[in-house]
Amino acid sequence: MGQSTTTIDEAGSTRGRVARGRMASFIQRQGALVALLGVLIFATVRYEDFLTERNLFNVLRQNSMLGLVALGMTFVILTGGIDLSVGSLLAVAGVVAANLAGHGMIAALLIAVAFTTLLGLLNGIIIDRARIQPFIVTLAMMIAARGLALAATGEESVRVDKLSEDFTWLGQGKLGPVPVPVLILVIAYGLGWLVLRHTRFGRHVYALGDNEEAARLMGLNVGRVTLGVYALSGALSGLGGVLLASRLGAGQPVAGTGWELDAIAAVVVGGTLLTGGQGGSGATLVGVLLLGIIFNVFNLEGTISSWWQWVLRGVFLLAVVVMQNSLSRRK
Amino acid sequence: MQNATEVNHLKTKAGLLSGLAALGPTYGALMALTLLVLLNLLFTPNFAASNNFWNVLLQVTPTMLVAVGMTFVIATAGIDLSVGSVMAIASALAATNLDRGVGAAILLALAVSFSLGALNGALIAGFRIQPIIVTLALLISGRGIAQVISHGGQLIPFSNQSFEYLGKGHVGPVPFQVLVMLSVIAAAIFLLRMTSFGRYVLAVGGNEAAARLAGVKIHRTKLLVYALSGLLAGVAGLIETARLGASDAAKVGLNIELDAIAAVVVGGTTLAGGRATVAGTVIGALIMQVLTTSFNMGPLGLRPVPFSWALVFKAAIIIFAVYIQRRRVA
Repeated sequence: MGQSTTTIDEAGSTRGRVARGRMASFIQRQGALVALLGVLIFATVRYEDFLTERNLFNVLRQNSMLGLVALGMTFVILTGGIDLSVGSLLAVAGVVAANLAGHGMIAALLIAVAFTTLLGLLNGIIIDRARIQPFIVTLAMMIAARGLALAATGEESVRVDKLSEDFTWLGQGKLGPVPVPVLILVIAYGLGWLVLRHTRFGRHVYALGDNEEAARLMGLNVGRVTLGVYALSGALSGLGGVLLASRLGAGQPVAGTGWELDAIAAVVVGGTLLTGGQGGSGATLVGVLLLGIIFNVFNLEGTISSWWQWVLRGVFLLAVVVMQNSLSRRK
Repeated sequence: MQNATEVNHLKTKAGLLSGLAALGPTYGALMALTLLVLLNLLFTPNFAASNNFWNVLLQVTPTMLVAVGMTFVIATAGIDLSVGSVMAIASALAATNLDRGVGAAILLALAVSFSLGALNGALIAGFRIQPIIVTLALLISGRGIAQVISHGGQLIPFSNQSFEYLGKGHVGPVPFQVLVMLSVIAAAIFLLRMTSFGRYVLAVGGNEAAARLAGVKIHRTKLLVYALSGLLAGVAGLIETARLGASDAAKVGLNIELDAIAAVVVGGTTLAGGRATVAGTVIGALIMQVLTTSFNMGPLGLRPVPFSWALVFKAAIIIFAVYIQRRRVA
């Protein structure tokens, strides 16, 4: 008799624990999403200008270039690596595209992105073949690519030819109500999700980040995955750079300074672990939007000086990560 | 006989690169530095002038101080991105508090730098958040804090002889800041090599779980390591400020974390932790500085190398140096 009561109790508490576990696991996985919803509600209630088509598309457009860079960074970080060169590659692509804008948008876009893809590939090759840590290799690439961008331009920004309207459309145009960069961002994240979740390459990215040794032993071609993610990161940084050059009407050799840190912050805030193997493109999109909307809120508030904005951004980054960390440990 | 075989073996199997590497990490870097200095002394006009010698040392001081602190952090398998912002905070604090007396201003700046570093360490050890994220947050916030302290990012000039001695004074022919740098280097070598703290640092970086089981106080070690890095960044910030005679919170220490990390890895300390050499870091920082100086002067009698190409060349040097010093994976 006593025994059966115990069993029922245990079953009950187990069910309760499972439910609570699910809840905790949802919040843990979606901690950034919960924070994003909170900020969205706060901003909608507080600022009547927030929930307008104009403001929302503005926020999205302003964050589209960083969003692309952060998507590439997500692939790299999922393998347990890091890419510090993204900001410099973005500048290289912008400078190349601005120089080629006269030859049409397609040529400028393709050649600029192809060039940064190759530089990204070079990162991957050195990391894989020379067995040097990604941090050092991409730090060197960050320095070298910045040097290239400065050398190629004589340290001055390259104006886009006024007549190349099809090139400036890329960053300034709209399709219906949607700004082109936002459209590109959405397509890129859609494809990114598809690749990570539904292709062999995507599974290999997770496998490599989860346990490199095991992945190697299973016969996975670690070198190819490594080359792939750094090339992809180079390509997406390049795409971001082309959009930025098109938006500004100029390729600036100093563009993207510090973006590697913003991208890493967005990836981490989204919930992707720096140790690799856990996270994804959706998480990063949430991270990018969260940091972008916080910035928008500062602007709408209007009274916070830019110095205080920096202070608050750092504190916010830390707060989100501390929150996620304590949630995941409770689980 | 045996020597000959060995040499042959080296030549046939591995060639020059491995030959260098076989001499050990620090010696490779030391040889590279010696070669670099010799070539420049022989072929770069004015490089041999004595004021150039002091110039190299003066210019390397802030990076060197930060890099020595970074060596301890990296030895624990951590990283400190916040050093440049801590420099800016120290600079702003000192400049705005000089009217309370030089001693008080310096003490305040250094105490805050130490505490900010300790806060990094506490968050890293206590919450188990990755060092790169914690120190990134302080990099972002810290620059903002420094600008708030300096009344919205204004340039704060000052005229205070005893404070400026820190950056401009001489003891005999030796600039005072070079003496500070040399004492810090000596103290750091002693700390890492001769004290139990140094052994704890390496133990934490080598294998944290094993270190914990062996009774090493992980939390305290990490806290102290980041606090030390913060303190040295503070000293670097003060020296830079004293040298300029003004505090520019937007610029002091900008991107110095990257120069410092480069110096550490070029010197042969691996980012994986558990192995560290302060002497290597000193050599690494000097290599990067001699390169910069000779590029500016026109290396080997050539035209001066533009800043942009110098960056490309330095990047190649970093990869090359790390490549020849990387630990052989059996």
